[in-house]
Amino acid sequence: MKRLVMKMKYEVRFSGTGGQGIIRCAVLLAEAALYDGYFAAQSQVYGPESRGGSSQGEVVIKDTPIYYPKVTVPDVLLCLSQEAYNKYAGDIAEGGLLICDSDFVQPDGREGDTVQLCRLPMLETARDKLQNELSANVLALGVLVGLTNVVSEAAVHRALANNFKAKILPLNLTAYQEGFQMAQSQAAALNK
Amino acid sequence: MTEIKNKHVQLMQGNEACALGAIKAGASFFGGYPITPSTEIAEYIAREFPKLGRYFMQMEDEIASIGAMIGASMVGHKAFTATSGPGFSLMQELIGYAAVAEIPLVIIDVMRFGPSTGLPTMPQSGDIMQARWGTHGDHSIIALSPSSVQEAYYTTIRAFNLAEQYRTPVVVLLDEKIGHLREGFDISQDLEPEIINRADFVDKAATSAGGGKYLPFANTPSGVPPFVPLGQGERYHFTGLTHNQAGFYTADAEQVATFMHRLCHKIEDHVNEIAEVEQLDCAGADCVIIAYGAVARSAQEAMVELQSQGYKVGLLRLKTIWPFPAEQIREICADKKLVVMPEMNMGQLAVEAKAALIGSGVPFHSITQVNGRLIAPAPIMQAVIEQMAEHSVKQGGGR
Amino acid sequence: MEAVYEKYFRDNLPHIWCPGCGNGIVMSALARALDKLGYPQDDILLVSGIGCSSRMSGYMDLNTVHTAHGRALAFATGAKVCEPRLKTFVVMGDGDAAAIGGNHFIHACRRNIDMTAIVINNSIYGMTGGQFSPLTPTGKRATTAPYGSIDRAFNLVDLAKGAGATYVARGDVFHAAQLTNLLVEASRHKGFAVVEAVATCPISFGRYNNIPEPADMLFWLRDNTVTVQQAAKMSDEELTDKIIIGKHFETEAVEYCEEMARLLADKQADNEKAGDENEV
Repeated sequence: MKRLVMKMKYEVRFSGTGGQGIIRCAVLLAEAALYDGYFAAQSQVYGPESRGGSSQGEVVIKDTPIYYPKVTVPDVLLCLSQEAYNKYAGDIAEGGLLICDSDFVQPDGREGDTVQLCRLPMLETARDKLQNELSANVLALGVLVGLTNVVSEAAVHRALANNFKAKILPLNLTAYQEGFQMAQSQAAALNK
Repeated sequence: MTEIKNKHVQLMQGNEACALGAIKAGASFFGGYPITPSTEIAEYIAREFPKLGRYFMQMEDEIASIGAMIGASMVGHKAFTATSGPGFSLMQELIGYAAVAEIPLVIIDVMRFGPSTGLPTMPQSGDIMQARWGTHGDHSIIALSPSSVQEAYYTTIRAFNLAEQYRTPVVVLLDEKIGHLREGFDISQDLEPEIINRADFVDKAATSAGGGKYLPFANTPSGVPPFVPLGQGERYHFTGLTHNQAGFYTADAEQVATFMHRLCHKIEDHVNEIAEVEQLDCAGADCVIIAYGAVARSAQEAMVELQSQGYKVGLLRLKTIWPFPAEQIREICADKKLVVMPEMNMGQLAVEAKAALIGSGVPFHSITQVNGRLIAPAPIMQAVIEQMAEHSVKQGGGR
Repeated sequence: MEAVYEKYFRDNLPHIWCPGCGNGIVMSALARALDKLGYPQDDILLVSGIGCSSRMSGYMDLNTVHTAHGRALAFATGAKVCEPRLKTFVVMGDGDAAAIGGNHFIHACRRNIDMTAIVINNSIYGMTGGQFSPLTPTGKRATTAPYGSIDRAFNLVDLAKGAGATYVARGDVFHAAQLTNLLVEASRHKGFAVVEAVATCPISFGRYNNIPEPADMLFWLRDNTVTVQQAAKMSDEELTDKIIIGKHFETEAVEYCEEMARLLADKQADNEKAGDENEV
């Protein structure tokens, strides 16, 4: 599987269920991109629910100033729920990357043939291996960065340290590394 | 591990930038009531103000919020609130009071989709006219509109400065898109912003300490009377009734007219100092796009794309909505072949822009979108291309 | 007494009140109370709403604010929180405080912010010509209740107490000396003090309710008021339609400005500590 390379404009959409930390995930990526010297804009669409309901966070990363701050055609889409997949998978860019939770999302091909599909048990790993389902969002970020290298490890670490209190930072660093490793193995498997 | 390239930058939300701007400007009283999509401002201030020895109050409703702000400002504090359409509507009566009693205030209105409860989490530039005419009677007001997170910070500081300078309520019209947008914030290389305080305008000679009796509503040449806060030795009177220079009720026709004219002119006569516009490639452009708030960003994207396709397009961004910079718009746009104005409403400000261009012969095209979404660059580009074609034909074609 | 009036009144009298109006009696009671309290005039803030009674702020030589209808307590709250040194009095009418300003009234009671709220209750909207208010007794006539009001009235004392006010009293304009004393006591009380001042409006209330003569209205007050002490010995039946005057309630509770000061001191100390640690 070939690495996606940085280009003029990079658009990422994170989607799932309210309460999964989707928006936080988008915030972390945007923050890391800023630390790497890029321009970044993060926005979201959310409903009235704090928990449950669909949740969507998006990030535009550019090496020049960002005017229109919204994602139009995402280069990468992360889906942690079937509802999110159904809603957003059709929008993904040709040749883009779709990352889905393998237990909770059953793709039906609407993303198109050119899209690279990566299915990993992100929620299960967070729940069983890390003993904390709430860390699935940061694990998913690890997967995304592991597959794309869109931001540097140093930048992500700084963003994590800035977003999590000292007490829960180690768990999130572990979750990030776990996701990153999962991505590496997946990439290796796909390349075989 | 690789090095961090940008150590000074922070990811910040528009609402947070407003709160930070208010703190920088020296705001010392916040009175507010929770309302989406502005609540992050109240939350930020509730957390930070106590550490700074400043006052945060959550009031029982928006009417109480602005009432408490006026009380705080009367005794010398820089007061502000954050709200959205429905709350802004509840404040309107007392915005009129603040205009008439000449009370500096800052109201950050994070505009959501309306009317009524509308779409609370979605944007609309719906309060443009509410900001101008929401309260009853003739008065003037200042309203500013930032287009980025960093600009939200500086705009809020400017709002406080203008409030003090002109003794008036100032509205920051932030649309939900900018309020909730997170992007880079880095002021480490910027000059310290100027902070204007009430005392800067109080000439000793204007107070009884200088010999004469302090006139809290004096007809000064600038139109703005110096403001000695209540409770500092000048025992005077505030009222929402039409009042004389001393602050007491009058129905005398001449005094009433003088007062009303001063109230309006103190702002309208200084439109060129107050109203800021930003021009991008307007000189030499065939078509100028006029835009404000988040829409200006879509317009800029459209402009860049159109330029790459060979169109001569410029952007005139309104950083100030009220007082309306009609003269500046006329100067910049009168010789153009086309003006288009995209807005996230049914064309509230287009009415003013169009009026500014009456007699110039410039074709004016208003683009409106009221679906709860930020206008994308594509419909703006399309409108420019179509309108250019249409008007070139009308003007003889071939250009 | 002449000296008291000269000291506390501005030189813009005469006032707008009708002959026989009770507002002037409340104003003079306030002037005498201020004289007894002895606060410097520069340190007194008098805030009023809108209505006949609220014109009082324009006549008194203090720091004065004539606000909007119903909003006096909101204005006063902001000013008092920022400048707790100001001895704050808020004058409102019955419609002003209990109808349009009812929400601010109960929340000011709840916060227990240190000020004296004077509700001049003439049972009517006087300035607009005699419409019934939430304090108009059921059955009384008004221009908007030509057949007698079918609304139940608030008992302002109970309302204030229930909402958390820590001093609640009721006086009336017949017993002006008592009213003065209640105002003194209310102001000395630390916390939110409510003094309902039952007043007469012969023009807009009396005329519609068979008491058109100012003196008769005062006599009516004399004959229908009983003290808190007397009331304690009377049956509910005997108390029907009686106005109970005197101090009804006083208790101690955390005062809002002091609580605010404590919060600010704590958080500023934390902040300085955090700053020192960062420097280390």
